[in-house]
Amino acid sequence: MPSTARPLSPHLQVYRRQIQMVTSIVHRATGIILVFGGLLIAAALLALTGGADAWACVTSLAGSWFGLLVLFGWTWALAYHWLNGIRHLLQDVGWGYSIAQFVRNGWISVIGSLILTAIVWVAVYSCGGIA
Amino acid sequence: MAEFALPKNSKIQQGKRFPAKPGAKNVREFRVYRWNPEDGANPRIDTYEVDLATCGPMVLDALIKIKNEIDPTLTFRRSCREGICGSCAMNIDGTNTLACTRAIEDCSKGDVPIYPLPHMAVVKDLVPDLTHFYAQYASIKPWLRTQSAAPAKEHLQSKQDRAKLDGLYECILCACCSTACPSYWWNGDRYLGPAILLQAYRWIVDSRDEDTGERLDALEDPFKLYRCHTIMNCTRTCPKGLNPAKAIAEIKKLMVERRS
Repeated sequence: MPSTARPLSPHLQVYRRQIQMVTSIVHRATGIILVFGGLLIAAALLALTGGADAWACVTSLAGSWFGLLVLFGWTWALAYHWLNGIRHLLQDVGWGYSIAQFVRNGWISVIGSLILTAIVWVAVYSCGGIA
Repeated sequence: MAEFALPKNSKIQQGKRFPAKPGAKNVREFRVYRWNPEDGANPRIDTYEVDLATCGPMVLDALIKIKNEIDPTLTFRRSCREGICGSCAMNIDGTNTLACTRAIEDCSKGDVPIYPLPHMAVVKDLVPDLTHFYAQYASIKPWLRTQSAAPAKEHLQSKQDRAKLDGLYECILCACCSTACPSYWWNGDRYLGPAILLQAYRWIVDSRDEDTGERLDALEDPFKLYRCHTIMNCTRTCPKGLNPAKAIAEIKKLMVERRS
């Protein structure tokens, strides 16, 4: 009989960070981030109905370094979750199951989301910035 | 809710170092997970310096050399040493595989970390408790189930139908895939995991089996089947080169098709 309770073998702590596992974790994380991002958008829309003062408050917050950081992060989370979500839809119909395919598609989600984010922010600043 | 950190009694401590004999030519370090149920201590990592000049090419060769020549208390399962029994499944160099078919030189540079299969109760050292895994296997009733009268000689099958079992029948139930799956880590009590679902699919597509509907009914469950989120760790790690994720996807497709 064991004298002590059996330990649990290490899992996340020791498993190699491979693209398919990391993209899955990030997909879950960005999904959660987008929920909070949705709340921020709702708050901004409420402010829009609340008159000029309320809206000025939103734009000054959004234009601050912290606001820009949040907006930038939210854009990337949206881009990543969208691209990787397409990958998951394709997997749900049975496509993309070979190792070569899902490793490549994972990198497409990561790199594609960075490119999309860059495009959005270049567009934002070429249109005159946030405020 | 998933518990990401290890419980207190499972936290890993620094263990002993076993230096190579003087004059060793080609030394490689193996950092091996150790836990002894009889000393009441937490798990630890022991470091063994092995002279590869006098060692076979596979990780299992190194483990056997350690047990024979350095530390006879090291405990692990092994049997066939040719990748067909599945006994020596463990986490080597960060991924799950069979110690007997993983070459030492294929491990990444530096020391070679060796742990038991992830997120399992440890019996001793590299030996995990597979009781629940085997019970889940039994739960899918992995045998030919028929209603019609038994044939005089044998159940016949066309070559095309037989070909549907390729990529499935080769599974040796080593549990590498299931214990590589984060969903199985967090919900292994109710989620069947990739190995068992691949086995379930092996019987679902078998043209000789007549219980397909019941087999699908048994899997129609938010946990047993649908905890698969196509993370793909299973397929990436399978030491037999099989595709459990694809088998699970095929089951999910059958579930949808029979509804319409």
